[in-house]
Amino acid sequence: MLKSDLDPTITKIPLQKVLVCLKRVLDYNVRVRVNPDGSGVMLDGAKMSINPFDEIALEEALRIKERGQVNEIIVVSLGTSDCQQQLRTGLAMGADRAILINTAHPLEPLTAARVIKALVDRESPDLVILGKQSIDDDNNQTGQMLAALWDRPQATFVSELVINDGVVTATREVDAGLEVIEVELPAVVTTDLRLNEPRYVKLPDIMKAKRKTLDVIPLEELTTKTQQQFTIHKVEAPSTRQQGTIVNDVSELVRTLRDKGLI
Amino acid sequence: MGRVLIVAEHDGENLNASTAKCVSCAASFENNGIDIVVLAANGASVSQQAAALEGVTAVISIDRVENSAALAAIWAPQVVALAASYSHIFGPSTTFGKDLMPRVAALLNVGQLSDVMFSTDGKVFQRPVYAGNAVLTVETDSDGPLVATVRTASYAAAETTGNATIEKRALEVTLPTHTRFIALRGADGDKRPDLQSAERVVSGGRALGNAKNFELIYEIADYLGAAVGASRAAVDSGYVANDLQVGQTGKIIAPDLYIAVGISGAIQHLTGIKDAGTIVAINKDAEAPIFEIADIGLVADLFTALPELLQILKEQN
Repeated sequence: MLKSDLDPTITKIPLQKVLVCLKRVLDYNVRVRVNPDGSGVMLDGAKMSINPFDEIALEEALRIKERGQVNEIIVVSLGTSDCQQQLRTGLAMGADRAILINTAHPLEPLTAARVIKALVDRESPDLVILGKQSIDDDNNQTGQMLAALWDRPQATFVSELVINDGVVTATREVDAGLEVIEVELPAVVTTDLRLNEPRYVKLPDIMKAKRKTLDVIPLEELTTKTQQQFTIHKVEAPSTRQQGTIVNDVSELVRTLRDKGLI
Repeated sequence: MGRVLIVAEHDGENLNASTAKCVSCAASFENNGIDIVVLAANGASVSQQAAALEGVTAVISIDRVENSAALAAIWAPQVVALAASYSHIFGPSTTFGKDLMPRVAALLNVGQLSDVMFSTDGKVFQRPVYAGNAVLTVETDSDGPLVATVRTASYAAAETTGNATIEKRALEVTLPTHTRFIALRGADGDKRPDLQSAERVVSGGRALGNAKNFELIYEIADYLGAAVGASRAAVDSGYVANDLQVGQTGKIIAPDLYIAVGISGAIQHLTGIKDAGTIVAINKDAEAPIFEIADIGLVADLFTALPELLQILKEQN
């Protein structure tokens, strides 16, 4: 039974649209290797997936729709035409339509936020849900920047979400524990791990997804401010840990830890 | 080179230790002064603590009833109102700073650097990407201030021997009303240290076998005053809740002591612990990848090793 069935105060007047951003990233199970020339991380031929936090964002949107609280879910991705794979996966999970904002170059978060803001102006969603960060750049910025440019509230690192009467009650995972805030719609929500567990895609849904709309918009149509602020000089592997020692038994382990002042 | 502004993290009473680490980052390159802004309902006590941080020039105290909770939508426009006097605006790379600083940057129409771990000149910075599996060296090129979050694990806290001036200021800024604080609950009422910031962490993996056996991990952790973590495999098997997951898709942590028990060491787990001070691995499979990064390894069955470890610890105290 859903929370909305139990609680009569939760309205059933649905929102029109939820926009979910999906980033194509190196799959989290792939070992990250840095190019020896310092130019970047090896991606050639590597398995790419939807950023795990974005997958959680889409799952949450789908659950909101299954509760009858939204009519349409749009998934959007920024990048090359390869991102269509991830958008098709999003459609197979249950999104209604997809938009690829086509660009050959990686975008800094501020540029990404500007582009999504321009799309928000076209589509007027009630809610935008994004992962709190992508597992490649680990920036954790785009949602907050979108909220700032849109002049709307943000609920970041969310682990529980209730929508009622134009207000989102969000439980946020903060260092001190769990913070509950209320934000008025339209708003930006970014997801943390505990929000939900994304569903698996079923084969018939993959077939059905092929018939759903996937529009391609050139980046330049949405923004002209694409100049990057940061120049990457090099990408290095982190300093490696020194070879450790193997102890023979538990007493030696305790002795070693005591000698190092660790216990 | 200009001045650095640091946004203080606090709970209304106490300055969070992350602020002192931002001061150390700011002091690591040449500048014309380091100021701290304390946004609070009543920031007298926090401002005094901030003024005691060595290297701080001035503390700007802005009292406003709306500042009683650290809501990014409410704090950001006030930080922006101060920005014109600064070349750098820093916050800590905690959930507080990560929530606030990108909003500040976007309102200023500039980008933001996340998790700064090193800089010698305040222009070129190092920061981790891919959960610490790669380190970027980036240079900023902007007319606006450089907005950044500081990776707290990379800097020692500034000393508390300073004596900065405290200046009370009022800002003419209209604040939004679309965001409201409701409540803050401690981490599940748990008396154990917070996994993210704990100095010691004991983690269990799939080899524990079930939720009940995970008690062995809790016992050792409680004895050591450590937080409890788990591998993704243990979480997926339902032994413990999601929020204990350590790894690339869970929490990325850097405790002084990390004890991995029955964890084979999948890549995604290793990337979450590679900044730990000392890594101890207890695993019965001598070939487990966890031993490749462990500082101290013990090849043993955890079901005999853990009770023995607990017994020895108790006997020696």
